[in-house]
Amino acid sequence: MSTSPDSLAHHPAGQTRKGLSTLSLQWLGVAPFLLFALLFLILPTATLMIGAFQDADGHFTLGNIAKLFDDSILSAYWISFEVSAASALGGSLIGLLLALAAIQGGLPAWIRPTLMTFSGVASNFAGIPLSFAFLSTLGRMGLVTVLLRNYADFDLYGTGFSILSFLGLTLTYLYFQIPLMVLIVTPAIDGLRTEWREACESLGGSSAAYWWHIALPILWPSILGSTLLLFANAFGAVATAYALTGSSLNIVPILLYAQIRGDVLHDQNLGYALALGMIVVTGLSNAGYIWLRSRAERGRE
Amino acid sequence: MKSTSRLGAWVAIAIGTLYFLLPLIATFEFSLKMNRDGYSFEAYKVVLSDPGFQATFGYSTLMAVLTIIVGIVLVVPTAYWIQLKLPRLRPLVEFITLLPLVIPAIVIVFGYLKLYNSSSWLPLTGNERATDFLLMCSYVTLALPYLYRSIDAGLRAIDVRTLTEAAESLGASWPSILLQVIFPNVKSAILSGAFLTFAVVIGEFTMASLLGRPAFGPYLQLIGANRAYEPSALAIIAFMVTWASMGLIQVFARNARPARKTA
Repeated sequence: MSTSPDSLAHHPAGQTRKGLSTLSLQWLGVAPFLLFALLFLILPTATLMIGAFQDADGHFTLGNIAKLFDDSILSAYWISFEVSAASALGGSLIGLLLALAAIQGGLPAWIRPTLMTFSGVASNFAGIPLSFAFLSTLGRMGLVTVLLRNYADFDLYGTGFSILSFLGLTLTYLYFQIPLMVLIVTPAIDGLRTEWREACESLGGSSAAYWWHIALPILWPSILGSTLLLFANAFGAVATAYALTGSSLNIVPILLYAQIRGDVLHDQNLGYALALGMIVVTGLSNAGYIWLRSRAERGRE
Repeated sequence: MKSTSRLGAWVAIAIGTLYFLLPLIATFEFSLKMNRDGYSFEAYKVVLSDPGFQATFGYSTLMAVLTIIVGIVLVVPTAYWIQLKLPRLRPLVEFITLLPLVIPAIVIVFGYLKLYNSSSWLPLTGNERATDFLLMCSYVTLALPYLYRSIDAGLRAIDVRTLTEAAESLGASWPSILLQVIFPNVKSAILSGAFLTFAVVIGEFTMASLLGRPAFGPYLQLIGANRAYEPSALAIIAFMVTWASMGLIQVFARNARPARKTA
């Protein structure tokens, strides 16, 4: 970089000379942003976290957290976990293969920018329209279902498959998970130097040896980190699942949505505990992502 | 060896293309079948002339535009100030802007309903205009990660310090430095953040639905639950809106000045 913004950090506008009043004036410059973040991001989340540890009268209790371990709620977390994990693992594996194919597969040059643009679109094509698209494809009257029945004599729904099921939801989530993986993992693949491959080949290493002993160990933190990000991405998603399955699939975001809409649990504070549980799960996987990404960046230097 | 790996790459791309195009083709095909006697654009005609579609799409477009304006007014001065005067705060502000990716939207809006209910100290859910304002703030929150990252990258690519000092030495005031010097220089970064925000906001469901506002997302859900062919037409329309937003980002990114020599 020619103009390094980090160099500014070494002389922070001579605070020692100007004194405390200038310092507080400088803080005014970010005050609107901090106020906004406080009002519309931090306080609302904090108030839920506190509510999770209170009973209906406002007294401290661990009862709400304990109720999260009831069978019905635990099973909702478990299904959420399964759908998120399956779509994250599938998404990161397929996304990685697609990105590798486009970048290192020796394909025509136009493939890569096309894949990148399309990934930008598809990773944002989530929510309700996506569920419509998959209903038109794999629903009971969907194009693929009908084509398979009419021409391949294969009854997809006879196998127990349903777009409203675990597998159907996972397939649908992959539509935004795979492109997201392509977008995040591409910089890491670009970081693989051709010299490394040439060095491996000149020492008599096979292609498999290159991937197993050189490329994968270098890419590993990026792949694992991206998978965690994909996991969090799926775990918090509401709209796609809601439009697809209504409330027939019992996953946490939908349980929480139903709770907010109609108080199905008849326990407001249990709702706060549900929300806290979601933040803990997405928070942990994001923290893992950030930690692994910083490791990957350090490894590349 | 080389040719087998190239074959593998072609196979991967082919399967990927199939997976991503099939749902679009299927949706499009389904959207044309509203008339029993052959393909037609009947579903699109029905959708586009539905007052509900016009009202909700208009509402969400207005929300998206307001979100973009407020987001820019909030983020550009902050990112500029961080770069120029308070680089120590950069980690904190970056952390805050990433929080909306960590905290699920449904949790944030649940927090709003608890904090700003009609009997609270700031009853923002008390009347429609106030709830509109709250919805817009929720969208600004959702857009923070995209807006901040793209604007911050734009600011890093120009020499903020020199530009500011030059403008100051010519006697420019702070507002005119921001409006006439900084804004034009990061225009393409702002625009790409803005289009991404538009794509995110236009079909947003969770916030609008739980705040009870008549936005495009809840309308989509309603149509999806009650109609057969219209949802497919709506999905195609939504896909085209997303595609247009992303396409415009590419256009502006390509026209961006090559200000930074990349390492």
